[in-house]
Amino acid sequence: MQGIVISDVIIGILATGVRLLAPFLFASLGEMFCQRSGVFNLGVEGIMMMGAFVGFFVTLRLGNPYLGVVMAILAGIVLGLLMALISVTMQAPQGISGIGLHMFCWGLSGLLFRVYVGFITSIDGFKPLPIPGLADIPVLGPILFQHNWMVYLSILFVPISWFVLFKTNWGLKVRAVGVAPQAADTLGVNVNAVRYQCLMLGGALAGLAGAFLTVGQANMYADNITAGRGFIAVALVYFGRWNPVGILLGSLLFSMMNSLQLWIQVLGINFPYEFAVILPYVVTIAALAVAVKNVWAPTALGKPFRRESI
Amino acid sequence: MKKSNRLVQSLSQVALLAGALLLALLVGAILIAIAGANPLVAYKSMFLGPFSGKFGMTESLVKATPLLLVGLGVVTSFRSGILNIGGEGQMVMGAIAGAAVALAFPKWPAVILLPLTLIVSVLAGAVWGGFAGWLKAKLGVNEILSTVMLNSIALQLCLYLIRGPMIDPEEIAYGTGTPQTAQLPRQIWMARLVKGTRFHWGFFLAVALAFVVFIFLWRTTIGYRMRAAGEGPDAARAAGINVEKYQILAMAMAGGFAGLAGMVEVLGVHRRVLEGLSAGYGFSGIVVALFGRLHPIGAIPAAILFGMLTLGADMMQRAVAIPAAIVMAIQGLVVLFVVGSDIFVRHPEIWRRWFRKKDPDTLGRLEADSAGNRN
Repeated sequence: MQGIVISDVIIGILATGVRLLAPFLFASLGEMFCQRSGVFNLGVEGIMMMGAFVGFFVTLRLGNPYLGVVMAILAGIVLGLLMALISVTMQAPQGISGIGLHMFCWGLSGLLFRVYVGFITSIDGFKPLPIPGLADIPVLGPILFQHNWMVYLSILFVPISWFVLFKTNWGLKVRAVGVAPQAADTLGVNVNAVRYQCLMLGGALAGLAGAFLTVGQANMYADNITAGRGFIAVALVYFGRWNPVGILLGSLLFSMMNSLQLWIQVLGINFPYEFAVILPYVVTIAALAVAVKNVWAPTALGKPFRRESI
Repeated sequence: MKKSNRLVQSLSQVALLAGALLLALLVGAILIAIAGANPLVAYKSMFLGPFSGKFGMTESLVKATPLLLVGLGVVTSFRSGILNIGGEGQMVMGAIAGAAVALAFPKWPAVILLPLTLIVSVLAGAVWGGFAGWLKAKLGVNEILSTVMLNSIALQLCLYLIRGPMIDPEEIAYGTGTPQTAQLPRQIWMARLVKGTRFHWGFFLAVALAFVVFIFLWRTTIGYRMRAAGEGPDAARAAGINVEKYQILAMAMAGGFAGLAGMVEVLGVHRRVLEGLSAGYGFSGIVVALFGRLHPIGAIPAAILFGMLTLGADMMQRAVAIPAAIVMAIQGLVVLFVVGSDIFVRHPEIWRRWFRKKDPDTLGRLEADSAGNRN
């Protein structure tokens, strides 16, 4: 009896961990493209908040979670454009403009929620979509193959973004612009256009990540539902060394820890709730401390591009 | 000649700041309209509210006090080339540490207990900020990310303390369980200067410290080295300045100011540590520093301005039911527009390019250059 329960709990922790991968993966992979092109987008957390609200709100009003996801992505693209306008065209210091974007989205999502909803209410989000055949495999089935479509999509995004970044012409441009913008410019690559594209892509994925939190996971919206996941996603890009595979590993670490924290609460283990919440933040700092020193980074990261000749 | 140039420069900077604020308020008006209220009515209560009588005027300064203190720390860190986003967490750490000391020695006279409490809060904030600086200097950890994480850690740590070990015994006795500490010993409360308001002398402490920071950064060797580390770390290193050391110091100072802000907020306003003490001041302090042009004296009017805006937003919430959250959105826009418009300060030639009809070809550029020489 005892043995069965413990194995159920372990499967539960792992399954929840896989489910919680999605927001980290979406947001980090998007941020990876931004940073590969040389732009440090700290606004991810804010864009996720807006994505979470928009996805929730559209689903609540129109009853269609797919439309919610689409609108959240659109909102993310618009906010990515705003970040691009300030950081690429106006060449603002990116750390500060990202915090500005975060504050704007934080205030705006709070404002819209209070005005248009005002109370906690639940929505009909996405249902799990067990993959026929695979879902029935013992142990592996519940862990990997009984999630909603967004989870599968986020994992699929890992090989896709690897392919786009390393095997396509556009990916080559992105990497070139992030390492040697002057040289890329000389060869006829429009540096700022590539950065705009990356910020829009990053915004779209951050919006998607936010929408997952409300439409694909919690089925409701509350203030600060992102709980710093956007900032952790930015840290994951460093931790994963600007590589989709590294980002997958880092995301797994964090989603498993998130899952563990949730299960600690669910099981009522006598452990102060606040310390369980603190855990991911502490590990983020530790991970950054271990991972970052003396590692290759896009050399033009954080440096606005400006043609010398103007 | 040179003097008038400087005057033109500072006037154009003020114009840019005003433009950034106006643009942010314009977008804010659109948001208010979307939220279903008349922007003119809403802004009327937001801007006139703080001027309505004794309460409005003093309460604006009450709100300006933590803004200025956090802002001074942000100025110091930004000037040293390191970005402190951790004001929220440092405030909370300062407040909870100071309160712990004050509650431990409730019978001590104010002459000893008040300075001790303030010093402990400064030290707690300094440790919290300095740790991020140390992580940056020794391990290359991005300070923005680490301070953001430290914010969340500090908030949870404080929540744990005020829900558990440090909760007001009366909250348990009456079974209400509101997460807050007991009231701090009465003798160290910061005196209120105007009857019937919350205006306390913390504001003057903050203003005095602004002048201290100015003298420190511009008139002492350490301050000079910190600014040198911020202006050009490579050049500073070549000149034998230990850039990392001064950046750790800058973060510790930034944390110290934020910690003090937390304690002053406790001693002057709430008299105890409670949930939501930092109230976004850690982020708004960044706005104040940027709006004060990263100058400690400039931060004084900026803090008063945003103190009024914060209070005005509260008053607007009561008048037309627009959530005060909008002030955070407007502040975010102010940050975006201020750092965005900075390009006109760094590259004034862009003005000229924008006001010319055609794209600049070589001839046009030469013309512009010769026109510039004639001035």
